[in-house]
Amino acid sequence: MSSALKEWPLWEVFVRSKQGLEHKHCGSLHAADAPQALQMARDVYTRRQEGVSIWVVRSADIVASSPDDKGELFEPAADKIYRHPTFYDIPDDVGHM
Amino acid sequence: MYTQSFSVSDGNAKDTHKGPKPVPVISAEDAAKIAAFEQRIADDGRIEPQDWMPEAYRKTLVRQISQHAHSEIVGMLPEGNWITRAPSLKRKAILIAKVQDEGGHGLYLYSAAETLGVSRDKMLDDLHTGRAKYSSIFNYPTLTWADVGVIGWLVDGAAIMNQIPLCRCSYGPYARAMIRVCKEESFHQRQGYESLMVMMRGTEEQRAMVQDAVNRWWWRCLAMFGPPDADSPNSALGMRYGIKRFSNDDLRQKFVDATVPQAEILGVTLPDPDLKWNDQRGHYDYGAIDWDEFWRTVNGDGPCNKERLATRVKADRDGQWVRDAALAHARKRAAREAKEAA
Repeated sequence: MSSALKEWPLWEVFVRSKQGLEHKHCGSLHAADAPQALQMARDVYTRRQEGVSIWVVRSADIVASSPDDKGELFEPAADKIYRHPTFYDIPDDVGHM
Repeated sequence: MYTQSFSVSDGNAKDTHKGPKPVPVISAEDAAKIAAFEQRIADDGRIEPQDWMPEAYRKTLVRQISQHAHSEIVGMLPEGNWITRAPSLKRKAILIAKVQDEGGHGLYLYSAAETLGVSRDKMLDDLHTGRAKYSSIFNYPTLTWADVGVIGWLVDGAAIMNQIPLCRCSYGPYARAMIRVCKEESFHQRQGYESLMVMMRGTEEQRAMVQDAVNRWWWRCLAMFGPPDADSPNSALGMRYGIKRFSNDDLRQKFVDATVPQAEILGVTLPDPDLKWNDQRGHYDYGAIDWDEFWRTVNGDGPCNKERLATRVKADRDGQWVRDAALAHARKRAAREAKEAA
């Protein structure tokens, strides 16, 4: 029977280090199901109070952009420098703006 | 905890001198990809899992990261041996925490290796069938309680020297895993040194026990850094790919320089009559390492190679029904939930 079953699925783990901060990706692990993934994430990634909240997501469910599309996706923003505050000259007398 | 600073060939290391390899034909497209990749390495950039990478880079990383992961997991055994025999509840709690950390380090590293497209099962299978190597330092027995302290101080100390530069290695997931590992490693070294300090303040017998453990572990720790630069075939590739940042000999020297004053404060003698400060070099000189013993142990003839592997294989086999049951339970529950939702 054992050889018929495959390895436990892979999960991505996100940890909120403290209230007020976002969840951050910290690694992955194998677990049979979601409750087990949460428990394992607790043991593997928060042994020293690194977190107050954990998300786990099946790695297979993550949709990612491809590095090949990097140019197409991100480069159009490069020539829109007017989107940055530093594009605008404001007289020094105005002070902080 | 412990990296094999060198990444030895899996299989029978050292004796396998290969002839010249046939030169592969490289298309113009591949040449452009290689150039972009090498430029990114030269710029101290990072490579992420989905990025294109040369096959040799991927292979080198899979070998090094999986050997590193195996080392963490097998590294739980020599110290785990002392959990039931720790001299106090405090030391037992500390040792359990440390051994659990080593397990955790193995898990971070297996995950990092998996991002390169190799499965966990494949890596474990390579370990259990003896195809994959792990750090040879774990093929020595832990004879007394002082060994546990010395492993923390010296073995983890040597590992830290190796691992800190890996936090800046070119492969993102490996570097991130190493940052996590290094944060925890300092506790390992300090708890070892502190437990030895307590013993050194104890009886004559306890001091002799510490000295005996230091005598047995010192040279193995120096060998942990891997063969001399001249005799380290994988080093050059590791350096070129930004995986390795310092040579084996440089790291070894750093370790010796850092450890000598620690030994003086502890009150133990490092078992090397040639160990002395060299004013000209600004470093400590040390004696010759027995590389024959090192290669014997790497290639399977150390005192505990068979026992370590057998313990791992048994643990894996004994745990199989638990893994199967958890998966069967998860599938059953998912099927039930699907039915209820329908």
